Amino acid sequence: MTHTDIQSLLQSEFGASCVPETIENATPKGLVISAEKLQDVCLFLRDNEQTYFDSLSCVTAIDNGMEASTIEVNYNLYSIPYNFQLLLRAIVARNEDGAELPMIPTVSDVWKTAEWHEREAFDLVGIKFDGHPDLRRILLPTDWQGHPLRKDYSTQEYYHGMKVDY
Amino acid sequence: MSTVQYTYDPRHLEASEPTKYKPEDLTEEQMLINIGPQHPSTHGVLRFEVITDGEVVVDVVPHLGYLHRCFEKHAESMPFNQVIPYVDRLDYVGAMNNEHAYVMGVERMLGIENDIPKRTEYIRVLMAELNRLASHFVAIGTYGLDIGAVTPFLWMMRDREHILRMLEWVSGARMLYNYIWVGGLFYDLPVGFEERCKEFVTYLKPKLVETRDLLLNNKIYVERTANVGVLSRDLAINYGVTGPMLRASGLRFDLRRIDGYSVYPQLDFEIPVGEGTVGTVGDCWDRTWVRYRECEESVKIIEQCLEMLTKEHKRTRDYDPRAMVPKKIRPQAQDFYVRAENPKGELGFYFRADGRSDVPVRCKARSCCFSNLSVVPEISRGVLIADFIAIVGSVDFVLGEVDR
Repeated sequence: MTHTDIQSLLQSEFGASCVPETIENATPKGLVISAEKLQDVCLFLRDNEQTYFDSLSCVTAIDNGMEASTIEVNYNLYSIPYNFQLLLRAIVARNEDGAELPMIPTVSDVWKTAEWHEREAFDLVGIKFDGHPDLRRILLPTDWQGHPLRKDYSTQEYYHGMKVDY
Repeated sequence: MSTVQYTYDPRHLEASEPTKYKPEDLTEEQMLINIGPQHPSTHGVLRFEVITDGEVVVDVVPHLGYLHRCFEKHAESMPFNQVIPYVDRLDYVGAMNNEHAYVMGVERMLGIENDIPKRTEYIRVLMAELNRLASHFVAIGTYGLDIGAVTPFLWMMRDREHILRMLEWVSGARMLYNYIWVGGLFYDLPVGFEERCKEFVTYLKPKLVETRDLLLNNKIYVERTANVGVLSRDLAINYGVTGPMLRASGLRFDLRRIDGYSVYPQLDFEIPVGEGTVGTVGDCWDRTWVRYRECEESVKIIEQCLEMLTKEHKRTRDYDPRAMVPKKIRPQAQDFYVRAENPKGELGFYFRADGRSDVPVRCKARSCCFSNLSVVPEISRGVLIADFIAIVGSVDFVLGEVDR
């Protein structure tokens, strides 16, 4: 199966608007998924016997900066029996400074490994995962301000009375 | 510059790392115990918030981030090839393997991976396997220490020291090598290295048998680890567990074979899996057993590499390990995910290049220990506290890679 086969499979299952385009300049090649359908698509890809993506290798959240004003989450799926890799990408609008964080449905009930990866994405890039069982910061202290992998991130001046930026 | 002023305030800890369970969440019999931060097997810093009922573990909440050194943030600020010394710091007991994975990723992204001279590739694999041995020695040795056996630890550290000496001879550094470069190597092998390495292999083989007889077949050790912390295969895949831990659960899955990167397809080695020899498939004993068997396979690979390096791809006057090293790295605009088999599991790198500069827009490290650690709460509910220590040790994580 190629990624375009999977695209047509998903389009026939969930409608054409759910999988709008393929990603060609990526290795492994991938698909853009509309964020609302993410959970259903992942569950379908995991359980369908033609795809059987039983493991989630990597979750990467990327802040595209102020100009593009989007944030995307990349899911690297891997099917052990078929030895096939696929990239799924969900793109959401970026929030203004101080506004509510962007929201993406969680896939942690499809692959448990996503639970920690999503906590990390929340911690470092600032994305909320809808339905996540335990969304806390994982690497940084709970009272840290901001999300360091945002492009417009600037460190807070003091943390517990210590100067942060020297 | 003023000095750092910090006045201790007990509220700071509560605000920065609050426990997930509050006293009012616990029943009268339950107790919250913090295990860590410096447990001998964590080789670093980690705190487990353990809820116990008598001697039984009810729930475990790992608290990470004490060693956080911002690999990803740092990588966004410098060119691809300058990140290599920093990649060493991920899994600092298997630094060569990290470099190999990272360099392979960048080379594939640039499309030059097939132009690398064969001698370079064999030296890389030789280094990676030597370091895999050293990493497994730490794993097995400190695991023995967790269970209460000191002698295997001393023996393994002694043998690891020989490896570190050789790697130091090659690269000039003891643990953080910066030896494998994008497109080549820092330097050719020093003269006489192959011969010394052969002597070492001859020395090592009986020592491995000794360790097996002393530790893995030891009655006390078997009693402490067999049937403890059983991880089923489905659960392991679902949690993204990779490496020896996944193979111990009974899946013959090794990226060196599956992806066939570098010169691994030309080498002859087996992939050991856990078979439940003394207990259940996927228990703590199996995990260490798989690591031990992998040591033997690594020795096999090292022998073959040495054979190739002394016969077919000999040191010649016109061999220049830096011939392919690009002056400036200019990747096209693309996303790239590449993975490699590290001593502890699958190490993946997700790069995004914008096509204009040689600085990555995003460089995410998917570390094996991070996923392997996430399964610990799942397999340690309902065990005794002593078994919990055994489970934590058998995962063999390095905190440098968990926190990145």
